[in-house]
Amino acid sequence: MTQTFAFSSLVPALPELFLTVAALALLMLGVFRKEDGCRQSTLLAIIAMAIALVLTSQLGGSVSYAFGGGEAGLFVMDGFGAFTKAMVLLGSAFTLGMSGTFLEREKIGRFEYPVLVLFATVGMMIMISANDFMSLYLGLELQSLSLYVLAAYHRDNLKATEAGVKYFVLGALASGMLLYGASLLYGFVGTTSFDGLAKVFGAEHAVRPSLGVIIGMVFVLAGLAFKISAVPFHMWAPDVYEGAPTPVTAFFAVAPKIAALALFTRVITGPFGDLAGEWRQVVIFLALASMFLGAFAAIGQTNIKRLMAYSSIGHVGFALVGIAANSVLGIQGLLIYLAIYLFMNTGVFAIILSMRQKGRLVEGIDDLAGLGKTHPAMAFVMMVLMFSMAGIPPLAGFWGKLYVFLAAVESGLMALAILGVLSSVVSAYYYLRIIKVMYFDEALEPFDRQTDRPMRLVMGLSALVVLVFTFIPGPLLVGAKAAAAVLFPAAAG
Amino acid sequence: MMYVLAIFLPLLASLVAGLFGRTLGDRGAQIVTCGAVGTSALLSIPIFLTVAMEGHAVTITLLSWIQSGTVDVSWALKFDTLTAVMMIVVTWVSFMVHVYSVGYMSHDPSIPRFMSYLSLFTFAMLMLVTSDNLVQLFFGWEGVGVASYLLIGFWYEKPSACSAAIKAFLVNRVGDFGFALGIFGAYFLFDTVSFDVIFAVAPEKAAATVVFFGHEWHAITIVCLLLFVGAMGKSAQLGLHTWLPDAMEGPTPVSALIHAATMVTAGVFMVARMSPLFEYSATALMVVTVVGAATAFFAATVGCVQNDIKRVIAYSTCSQLGYMFFAIGVSAYQAAIFHLMTHAFFKALLFLGAGSVIHAMSDEQDIRRMGGIWRHVKVTWALMWIGSLALAGIPFFAGYYSKDVILEAAWAAGSPVGQMAYWLGIAAAFMTAFYSWRLLILVFHGKPRADERVMAHVHESPAVMIVPLLVLATGAVFAGWVGYELFVGHEQLHFWAGAIKNLPEHPALENVHHVPGWVALAPTVVAVSGITLAFIFYLVAPVLPGLLAKTFNGVYRFLLNKWYFDELYDVLFVRPAFRLGRGLWKGGDGALIDGVGPDGVAAATRVIAARVARAQSGYLYHYAFAMLIGVAAFVTWYMFNAR
Repeated sequence: MTQTFAFSSLVPALPELFLTVAALALLMLGVFRKEDGCRQSTLLAIIAMAIALVLTSQLGGSVSYAFGGGEAGLFVMDGFGAFTKAMVLLGSAFTLGMSGTFLEREKIGRFEYPVLVLFATVGMMIMISANDFMSLYLGLELQSLSLYVLAAYHRDNLKATEAGVKYFVLGALASGMLLYGASLLYGFVGTTSFDGLAKVFGAEHAVRPSLGVIIGMVFVLAGLAFKISAVPFHMWAPDVYEGAPTPVTAFFAVAPKIAALALFTRVITGPFGDLAGEWRQVVIFLALASMFLGAFAAIGQTNIKRLMAYSSIGHVGFALVGIAANSVLGIQGLLIYLAIYLFMNTGVFAIILSMRQKGRLVEGIDDLAGLGKTHPAMAFVMMVLMFSMAGIPPLAGFWGKLYVFLAAVESGLMALAILGVLSSVVSAYYYLRIIKVMYFDEALEPFDRQTDRPMRLVMGLSALVVLVFTFIPGPLLVGAKAAAAVLFPAAAG
Repeated sequence: MMYVLAIFLPLLASLVAGLFGRTLGDRGAQIVTCGAVGTSALLSIPIFLTVAMEGHAVTITLLSWIQSGTVDVSWALKFDTLTAVMMIVVTWVSFMVHVYSVGYMSHDPSIPRFMSYLSLFTFAMLMLVTSDNLVQLFFGWEGVGVASYLLIGFWYEKPSACSAAIKAFLVNRVGDFGFALGIFGAYFLFDTVSFDVIFAVAPEKAAATVVFFGHEWHAITIVCLLLFVGAMGKSAQLGLHTWLPDAMEGPTPVSALIHAATMVTAGVFMVARMSPLFEYSATALMVVTVVGAATAFFAATVGCVQNDIKRVIAYSTCSQLGYMFFAIGVSAYQAAIFHLMTHAFFKALLFLGAGSVIHAMSDEQDIRRMGGIWRHVKVTWALMWIGSLALAGIPFFAGYYSKDVILEAAWAAGSPVGQMAYWLGIAAAFMTAFYSWRLLILVFHGKPRADERVMAHVHESPAVMIVPLLVLATGAVFAGWVGYELFVGHEQLHFWAGAIKNLPEHPALENVHHVPGWVALAPTVVAVSGITLAFIFYLVAPVLPGLLAKTFNGVYRFLLNKWYFDELYDVLFVRPAFRLGRGLWKGGDGALIDGVGPDGVAAATRVIAARVARAQSGYLYHYAFAMLIGVAAFVTWYMFNAR
């Protein structure tokens, strides 16, 4: 059987293709130029992402497939994909924009950096659009390999290389688990296609899936849980966050997390959609463990990057609450949560990147002391973001938590919602402690003035979004709802 | 308009003097408050004439306050004869005290605060007497309580004043608790708190019962007894009286206004107001009689041996309040209110006179260190005599009319408790006369016992203090004579116009006019003999009291220590409460609530945080191990959890 190849069948993957070409072009450009054009490459990479964003926004209207026959294709593009890809692109672009100055100062500003970020982004987008365990693994590894390198990007730095190695070894272990799970599934079901799996599980409705399938699913979920750093697969996160160069940490905390959660969602609602009764227990456990560990472990931290690692573990727990709800409302809550998380986290990292004393970067929470006096504007932004992270109304973070808990309650997961609220009370402690340190502790040496314009832009934008969301939540709510509805065709009809 | 103005002017003045006292200055605050209360006092006369003399009772609804379900409470001012009488008493005595305070407090550094409190008290008292429902009455009731607390503790630098203020507040809390329960009970029974409705429905509910603790109780009796507990607290009746003598720590004008003339009589007023309810409960009335008579007797005995000039008068007040209550107990509400009015005049006169003496003696209050000063303060001396004559019930002074009618009513009630009350009242009347003259003689007559420096300073008070005394003295002389026919005589039915209710079964007041001659004569006889005894003891043979005290040392000590009430309460309530409080604080709050709650959670959080941090060892194989354990746990879970 011969298949005619038409370029039009590649349209759904256009943003990914474009970014790949752009990344290769930048690589060439960098290699053939004499001097290190980090700044230039960064700018071009951001422009490429912007174009990819525009392309993505044009594609989310309907469900379309590429690379293969119809619904069994390796690649799927839909409203959910467009929404999450847009977030990933925004996150990557923001964090890339904040990196330039840092890299130059640390004398590691080389052109490979933006190229690696671009490749990682392509990998994430493929993950989001995966419609088969093959494409899933392809995207995941493209992203992971780029991230391993990025973690160790500061190769003369002991901590950074340690972080890279740890991340690589554990990541390989997680990949192995994922592959093992996928192969088990293939062995028991006979297909790696999401649609094929969904059909099989959907058909044998009343019959309980065999133990092999369940174990395969558990392994796949464990592999994915590593990527979103959910407890107990989280342990790499604090060490890597602390060790990696700060712009890389900022990147880690935002884009890959969103992509991995989107992938998690797609896998769980797609092929495993009819096994909700089985995976829900795992997801609830992951959510609870992540929320509480994120809350408790962060309290003892003195390094703000480490603190943010635990904070992001906690946030993943909250996001998983939305997934556990397994409903349009739950996924809508998850997407809202992620969108708000994106802005909050980039804002916080913009401030962390501004923590310089006499040109030297500092990372201690105590170094923030007296920020309210020395840098009132920066302290204000930080205060808003911290209040929002703690979930204090009327800031955006409160609404994010509210929607996921609301969905959990609607789905009858009352205990999960209550425990989640309790853990958020505990986590409020360390967010508020930062505010206390900034405003009530005696000022030490003041930070250098932040002159980097993109940095200030990101700070201002994040604070604005967090403050304004309460008043004009409409666009985000509607968009998230439409994106979530795609994953539940039965409910939408 | 006139009515509303009369009530709210004092509040306005209080706010102005309290908030802008600094700007107004001392003089300004005095003018504002005196002016406002004076206007109220003037307005109360036409109100009295319209309402009481012409019989035009009115109720003015100001605004709706609470509307919830069947609860419907409005702010309303009810003016009937009872209110009008109380208004005259409250506004005039208050006005006199305001003016007197201008002189008495002239050396105090915080005059505006004082004047503001006084006016606030006046407003709260007016609110109390004009309320048309139980809730608003409670508002006024608590309002005077607060004002009293503030004024007793006015000299807050003095620890004794502070503890006295707290004591007054706490003891009143006991009473107020009963009062509040009484209000709930009334609402439970009548489904309303409005006086008019309650009084209209009361006859139908006369036989109603409630089941409580498995027993059937007469509903109205329960409500009345609870309300009476409130009255006992406010009016310092036996058992809840201990705060009143201590309240003398406040400035003397306060004692005169609050702890003699007005606030302490609020209990009497309230019970009289509730007469349509009390009439249906023979048990409650009996309790009131017994408590009243016992208080009258008890306080008089203690008054005989006290040495602080203000405490003597305070116990006298306590005793006179007892008279009022047993008058109520025998259904002679009119007599009680009559005595309340006359008492307000002569007791305020005595207190302010005592204040004048203290002022003259350079703040000396112990009567054993006074004596022989009458030549130097002739006006005060004369006025104190008038007050004492009225108090002792010597014919044709105010107290004579009111006290006589109370005692006669007690006899005329014809019940055993009435008889008891009569004889206890006679005994108290004897002692009243005795301690009044003991005080007069020790303070004014005999040889000076103060040192020369103090004696050299003894001087008559300024006119601003003397004039109010003269006004009150006029009342002390004529109030009884003027009011007798109206309040308790043949015109009483017409005068009260239904403000007070007497059932035909309780004819004590009617029978007053038909008692044997010796019953009517006895009070006067004992009063005169009491005076005579005082003269013998303290002028003719001053060795006798000491001899007596030595011979009956036990009795003397018993009386001097006020029947050991304070000590008893200390052992029974205060110390256990302290112990309980300490126990709850250390054990309950500190160990249990803080330990398990805030502190415990915080400590647990810290421990958990430390453990979690330790798990983050940094070793790669630990992390990988954790991941594998996680997967293994999940798989195991599903293997053993297979449905």
